[in-house]
Amino acid sequence: MSLVYAEDLTKVYSLGEIKVEALKSVSFEIEPASFISFIGPSGSGKTTLLNLIGCLDKPTSGKLEVSDVNTSDLTRKEAAAFRGKNLGFIFQDFNLIPVLTVYENVEYPLLIVQNVPAEERKNRIISLLETVGMIDQKDKYPDQISGGQKQRVAVARALVTNPKLVLADEPTANLDSKTAFMVIDIMQQMKDEFGVTFIFSTHDPKIVREVETVYTLQDGILVGQTAGKGGRHA
Amino acid sequence: MLRLFKIAVRNLSRYKRRTFLTSSLIAIGVMFVLVFIAASGSFKYIMIGQITDSMLGHLQVHKRGYVASIDSLPLTLNLSAKAEKTLEKTMEDIPEIEAFSPRIKFGGMFSNFIETTNIRVNGVYPEKEIATVPLFLSRIKQGEKSIKEGEILIPELLANGMKTKVGDTVVVIATNQDGSVNGKQFIIGGIIESVTGPGGRDGYMHIKDAMEVLRMEKMEISEVAIRLKNFGKLHAVNDRLDEMLSKELKEQGKPIFDVRTWEKLSPFYNVARMIDVMTFFIKLMLIAIVLVSIMNVMIMAVFERIREIGTISAIGTLPKKILSLFLIEGFSLGVFGAVVGNILALGVIFLINLVKITFNFGRQSGLVLSPSLNSGDILWISAIVIIVSVAAALQPAFKASRMEPVEALRHV
Repeated sequence: MSLVYAEDLTKVYSLGEIKVEALKSVSFEIEPASFISFIGPSGSGKTTLLNLIGCLDKPTSGKLEVSDVNTSDLTRKEAAAFRGKNLGFIFQDFNLIPVLTVYENVEYPLLIVQNVPAEERKNRIISLLETVGMIDQKDKYPDQISGGQKQRVAVARALVTNPKLVLADEPTANLDSKTAFMVIDIMQQMKDEFGVTFIFSTHDPKIVREVETVYTLQDGILVGQTAGKGGRHA
Repeated sequence: MLRLFKIAVRNLSRYKRRTFLTSSLIAIGVMFVLVFIAASGSFKYIMIGQITDSMLGHLQVHKRGYVASIDSLPLTLNLSAKAEKTLEKTMEDIPEIEAFSPRIKFGGMFSNFIETTNIRVNGVYPEKEIATVPLFLSRIKQGEKSIKEGEILIPELLANGMKTKVGDTVVVIATNQDGSVNGKQFIIGGIIESVTGPGGRDGYMHIKDAMEVLRMEKMEISEVAIRLKNFGKLHAVNDRLDEMLSKELKEQGKPIFDVRTWEKLSPFYNVARMIDVMTFFIKLMLIAIVLVSIMNVMIMAVFERIREIGTISAIGTLPKKILSLFLIEGFSLGVFGAVVGNILALGVIFLINLVKITFNFGRQSGLVLSPSLNSGDILWISAIVIIVSVAAALQPAFKASRMEPVEALRHV
């Protein structure tokens, strides 16, 4: 059973009288516990596709199922609940909440979104912060840590709810090579340990080299599907 | 919810200067309103106290129909001795009544043997009158502070106009119920001033003298002034007395008695009402200040945190929680402003009481302004500020909660 199933997925944006087709009849399937990347030049539709998979936006036409749920039919409230339960997000700019500490940022989805009991919450957060190597920095605020550290916290925040799927939009774009490799390693480790599926939208060859499958988008059309190094190793 | 509060408070502390300025504005607004309420309330109660404790009493009972023709002081509408007894008996059953003073009021002529003018005379029992209107004696400016039989207290302007002084002999002439005229000589026992300033033609004499002038064989009363132990129970006692007396009916089946509070008898009630109206408009200004301040801050907060809203929305925060987050920020600003404003107001009121500001009202000078706040005022103003704060945050909060996460995340 596919984790993500897309069939003839089309997204059209209206800019006044001009209509822009960001995605044109895109179809693909992604299995659970995959390490996938969508690549393509700017404007090719990568981020649009990630937004659709992440229930942040709705397709104009076509079918999209995530974890057997037709996400096109979800209301705003249902979509938020679905994201909170099933999805994790990692952003290019980290998007940590500036008024919360590292610990509280990771705690946020468990507390505000999932309402997990205190003891379990604490165990999960400590465990993940240890995994991403941020346990020593847990009481610091985002403006007191480096970009790489922020992204590690963002990875922990994305994984703390035990999501089936993590969507990462250019997660290494703002990181130096060493830090980028460290973050990619952590994500691979999470995928191997917990069976989490990672879908990237990226230009970064470091990620492209590590994923199992690379989907190439061009002008909103899926033009290629190739196996990556991760796939060869799998 | 507690965590939402924590996040909201931290968000407010993120923009320290803006939060400080906004909450200061609210606090100063709250302070001014509370100080105004306390000071105007003090002025109002001093004024009411002067009117009721010098002249009117808190309540008055007349024969029904008397008040409508009160300017002519109709003797035909006096309460009979029997009716007065009934009234006294009824008042005995109301423990909130501290004292009462029956009065005979009539219009007459006042002569110093050279000139004659008209006068309104109040015949009273001195002890009962003083117990009912305790500031009465303070109005006597010349002469002994008492009302003795055979003496009359005359108003200041009348004394000046008629060139009479304490100790002079004068004559009071009046027409009684039968239409016959009678006169009696009096010694001027004192000069009395009006509560509200120059003017007034009310003189006072002992009730027995009034009966003699009017040739009354049996006691008849024009009005009974009543003083309560607790002025705050004015309306409750008025209603109770009115209800009890409404059972007393004339032969035609209509009620005998007419019970009225001072509010329905004195034009100064309108001045008190004006103070209340001014206070209401001052409260409206406070609401406007809070509304504009909070709305401005919350609109800015939402605008500056669009990406953050996108992020928390993307990771699954439900719209109602985003709404709550911003409402709590508005609520917290309101609570902070209200608390600080209350503390400042109490401080200013304490200082005013320490300095002892005095003012004059009518002929009374050196009245000390003694503002005070009751918990009701504090709670009411705080509640207004907090409710308006939340209401002002509603639109920005609603906007934040309705934001499309994909567009919010795209915001630069």
